[in-house]
Amino acid sequence: MPPDLAQSDRTSPVDGNHAVGRALAHDSAAGHVRGTARYIDDVPEPAALLHVAPGHAAHAACGQITTLDLDAVRAAPGVVAVLTAADIPAKNDCSPVFGDDPILAESRIAFHGQVVFAVVAHSREEARRACRLARIEVEEEEPRVSVEAGLASGDMVVPDYQFLRGEPQAAIERTPHAASGSLHVGGQEHFYLEGQVALALPGEDGTMHVLSSTQHPSEIQHLVAAMLAKPDSHVVCECRRMGGAFGGKESQAAQWACLAALAASVTGSAAKIRLDRDDDMVMTGKRHDFRIDYSYGCDGEGRLVAVDAALSARCGCSADLSMAVCDRAMFHADNAYHYPNARILSRRVRTDTVSNTAFRGFGGPQGMMVAERMMDDIACRLGQDPLDVRKRNLYGRGRDVTPYGMKVPDNTISRLVRELEKTSDYRERRRAIATFNRNNRFLRKGMSLTPVKFGIAFTLKHLNQAGALVHVYTDGSVLVNHGGTEMGQGLHTKVAQVVAEEFGIDFDRVQITATKTDMVPNTTPTAASSGSDLNGMAAKRAAATIRDRMAALAGRLYQVPRAEVRFAGGMVEIGKRSISFAELAKTCFLERISLSSTGYFATPKITWDRASASGRPFLYFAYGAACSEVTIDTLTGEMRVDRVDLLHDVGNSLNPAIDIGQIEGGFVQGLGWLTTEELVFDAKGRLATHAPSTYKIPVASDVPEDFRVALWKSRGNREATIYRSKAVGEPPLMLAISVFSAILNAIAGLNPGRVPALDAPATPEAIVRAIRSMQEA
Amino acid sequence: MTRASVRFLYRGEVVSLTDVGANETLLDYLRLRRHACGTKEGCAEGDCGACTVALGTLRDGRLEYAPVNSCICLLGMIDGRELVAVEDLTGPDGALHPVQDAVSRHHGSQCGFCTPGIVMSLFTLYHAGGRCDRQEVNDTLAGNLCRCTGYRPIVDAALEACAGAPGDAFAARRRATAERLAALDDGEDLLIGDEAAGFFAAPATVDALARLYARHPDATLVAGATDVGLWITKQMRALPKIIHLGRAAGLADLRETGRGFHIGAGVTYARAEGAMAAIDPDLVELFRRLGARQVRAVGTLGGNIANGSPIGDTMPALIALGTTLHLRRSDATRSLPLEDFFIDYGKQDLGPGEFVTGIDVPRLGSDEIFRCYKISKRFDQDISALLGAFRFTLEAGRVVVARAAFGGMAATPKRAAATEAALEGLRLEDRHGWDAACEALASDFRPIDDMRASAWYRLETAQALLRKALHEAGGEASAATRIVGLRPGETVRAA
Repeated sequence: MPPDLAQSDRTSPVDGNHAVGRALAHDSAAGHVRGTARYIDDVPEPAALLHVAPGHAAHAACGQITTLDLDAVRAAPGVVAVLTAADIPAKNDCSPVFGDDPILAESRIAFHGQVVFAVVAHSREEARRACRLARIEVEEEEPRVSVEAGLASGDMVVPDYQFLRGEPQAAIERTPHAASGSLHVGGQEHFYLEGQVALALPGEDGTMHVLSSTQHPSEIQHLVAAMLAKPDSHVVCECRRMGGAFGGKESQAAQWACLAALAASVTGSAAKIRLDRDDDMVMTGKRHDFRIDYSYGCDGEGRLVAVDAALSARCGCSADLSMAVCDRAMFHADNAYHYPNARILSRRVRTDTVSNTAFRGFGGPQGMMVAERMMDDIACRLGQDPLDVRKRNLYGRGRDVTPYGMKVPDNTISRLVRELEKTSDYRERRRAIATFNRNNRFLRKGMSLTPVKFGIAFTLKHLNQAGALVHVYTDGSVLVNHGGTEMGQGLHTKVAQVVAEEFGIDFDRVQITATKTDMVPNTTPTAASSGSDLNGMAAKRAAATIRDRMAALAGRLYQVPRAEVRFAGGMVEIGKRSISFAELAKTCFLERISLSSTGYFATPKITWDRASASGRPFLYFAYGAACSEVTIDTLTGEMRVDRVDLLHDVGNSLNPAIDIGQIEGGFVQGLGWLTTEELVFDAKGRLATHAPSTYKIPVASDVPEDFRVALWKSRGNREATIYRSKAVGEPPLMLAISVFSAILNAIAGLNPGRVPALDAPATPEAIVRAIRSMQEA
Repeated sequence: MTRASVRFLYRGEVVSLTDVGANETLLDYLRLRRHACGTKEGCAEGDCGACTVALGTLRDGRLEYAPVNSCICLLGMIDGRELVAVEDLTGPDGALHPVQDAVSRHHGSQCGFCTPGIVMSLFTLYHAGGRCDRQEVNDTLAGNLCRCTGYRPIVDAALEACAGAPGDAFAARRRATAERLAALDDGEDLLIGDEAAGFFAAPATVDALARLYARHPDATLVAGATDVGLWITKQMRALPKIIHLGRAAGLADLRETGRGFHIGAGVTYARAEGAMAAIDPDLVELFRRLGARQVRAVGTLGGNIANGSPIGDTMPALIALGTTLHLRRSDATRSLPLEDFFIDYGKQDLGPGEFVTGIDVPRLGSDEIFRCYKISKRFDQDISALLGAFRFTLEAGRVVVARAAFGGMAATPKRAAATEAALEGLRLEDRHGWDAACEALASDFRPIDDMRASAWYRLETAQALLRKALHEAGGEASAATRIVGLRPGETVRAA
């Protein structure tokens, strides 16, 4: 990279008239509240639009298809075509990596709800109605539904993988305090409010334009092209915004985009698919549920000497993104704690259920659960305050190498935890809780303060790159396009802030456009919290390239050294002269200076090599801590969150309002995962909780009134990230582990010395079971 | 006379439709026919609130705005109402409505897909012009799921925007709107379609309803469509004949009687809340947690009874209270104790052409206490895994009469006969007697495992609820026994 750019990458925003660092509203906020922000289903429908609905076997989970009778479907009113695997011209696959996810099932189905055919009809209602008329018979096999059933069969979607340091088992045996335990951590439905949707528009010369609600437009482009045996250049995928995604539209938006494109290709008409909510919940993957087994040894003060943990994930019927998800669970099985000796084993278990996928945190949250359970386990057994145990085990000087060999280069988490301990009034409240619990027969309180350390970068190295395209028009308005997608996280707002900052112009002068594969090619998914880090930097470089050309021209025309050309407040200062940004843009055009540029960024310093389990997987760590207080009803297991204090490190915030939104929203989503959100599959492998009537995400009253959220007073990211900010999309979700731990703490008080057998989610029933576990002999 | 059109007020115009499908939803009308795509479909079953619109209704001459899930509201049901969707809030000059402005300024939207529904729910709170504290805002938002924000900024926006008297364009033309709605109320029976092939009908009187239903006992009766709506959107059932109860005068009667309250089958949950409050505060909490405002605005007790859900959140409470049910077929009427109406799963004591006209709910006597508890995974807007309701008649520290009814424990809402017998004559300090009553409960029910709870938990917790009721009957304050639904004025006993 040119040296001057590398230098400018590191400049921090200063106070005053700057776009970066301001609490600007989301760029679509006005459109959201007016109802004019357009989602794919709101795009005015083209003439002769056809609608697609997916069909599946009503009851069976897995087995060979023996009969596929679609005559009645074809004869149904409004039906134009019925598509099966035989209608796919080339590759029948919508998987992200491993080639094991058919768009339409061929000879067998692998889970209940797998799409076997698709109806194309004049209306969505006709298509849905016709779906019900199929007669599909399956030679049903006994489905493996639970992690345990999958483990028993020994069938893995990808091979086991482990980190090993020292001799954990031998070390455990030598410690004065050794213990073991296990817990189940439930999965989670994304429940993006906008369900999966795609609209395919056939163009001339066999081209295809696909509007998809996707986090990964390039992958949609590639899969549609491969399905239709076309070059990538014939397919364009576009996404202006998603109505939520959370990982659920990283790989699993593809099947629907492929089906819309297939219908458009077969019929020659535009075709749209929008899943019904129940179909969406049955047919798309979720957060992996885990069975976690651990044993550890610690010294008399509760400091860990060795850890041996096995993380068994229910991956479902195919690999999808499970390899990377399970790897990230391993990378976070230490959370913020030093394990001198460790074995972290990961098993990627195949079951006959829907293929589980990315979900905010991407395995990290499940991995952290083992670390936090061990902290609580130690505290219960040794009779210590859980915060004291946690603080003793935090990474620190001389105890700063992770089980995967990366050094934790700072002491931030320790300082952050101490700060929150103070601001949350932890010690005083601990005493008040003890008094409350002494005086109450039925209600018990608990509290926990837990840290979060989350590694930032895709652990798959090549994904850590991004491109952007910036145009300056002769009226001084600016258009930016980049490879990241907007799912509500405010990425477009942040990127536009960065571009406005580079040009010293008002945020409103920067136009945000839809993500589109013909604008910026070969993009990577908007995932791993990396959207702003990658695309912000690429857009900054694109803008800086144009700005430097403009500055060079201004310097030349006005005989001023380049260093004296400054862009601020919509004006350009050229020595003592000042002209508007628009005027200089116009002058550039007249002087034949290009006002358009691409920008490209690849994350530096990433050297992880999976085969040898060595190198550096992350550029840096994002940190946070949470202190939660709960009350439980020991008669019924009902639980109420009384107070939550969050302290989170976003480095130098690009936009504090958006960052706080991510922190609060992530926390509440994590709260749902660990408390009310329970996925229930029946013995036949069918999801019983396939609608919001039975699957309960948090509502307003689940959020405590006493909810104190603060940004850590950071001196900026030690790495040269975009304006020294830190990624914020995923890490705050794991702050909610403090609630789960606080519930455990409340139960633990019922019988000191014992460890409550509390599984996640901590529903009233799970809490009652854990209470009973305390009473057993 | 019969009118063959549906008429409502929308964007300042009276819309008159003669082509209304019997199963056509309000959401489809907005999105597919009017291309008003601000209103979103999130779940198509009335649980997420993304499709929330406001319906203006004239009640006793006063215009009220209520939130409704348009995804499961049938288009014909809005006859005589004003329809307000999210696009209609912004002024002609593009100025944001105070609610829209507050949500935007407080950073209350992220992905924005739930936002139109949230704005419409808050629009109804804005127009309620009453209490606007945290509890009220939470209740208003209980039917609106947001997956991004964690709600805090939305709550802040609501607290700011919805306090005080409404001052928007809708408030300014309130009187004119009321007059126009009054003019739409012609008292005529409504029927679109034809009686042979299929129709949407909304009779204007109970007599007309009785005659129509007697002619078409195969028709589907619809009050709020909060259940029937799902037969259409989820089960894809074709219901060719729909008879809507919402316009039948007399069916919506709500009046005090000598013994308690008469609640007509067409009375919405929202309207019944006042009567419930007059009986016992636990009923207020029960109703607060039943569905959400969007459901309570249109759903009725009559519908809850007639469709015979095994859970039927209000049933155990009404049964424990000693409610009488009134039925009518053609001109014949009969009454029976509510508990006798539920025969088995999905089977009620209801003949062809027979329908629920109302219930009588008695007040509590001075020697009676009532308690009810709802257990669900989420406190608000969740169907109970288990619901226990108790009415004890007390005399000198002794239970002389006990009524105990449960939901979620059997195929129907059901009284616990053996438990009631064990409780009768029990001295409240006799803990062995409590144990015996709990054991009796285990003989009353054989609950099942499902996605809401296991049989084990249901039985354990049913017993726990009985103990809780007995503790409270013995004088324990609810602040010491509950974490939600504290009874007014009951604080923690000194430690």
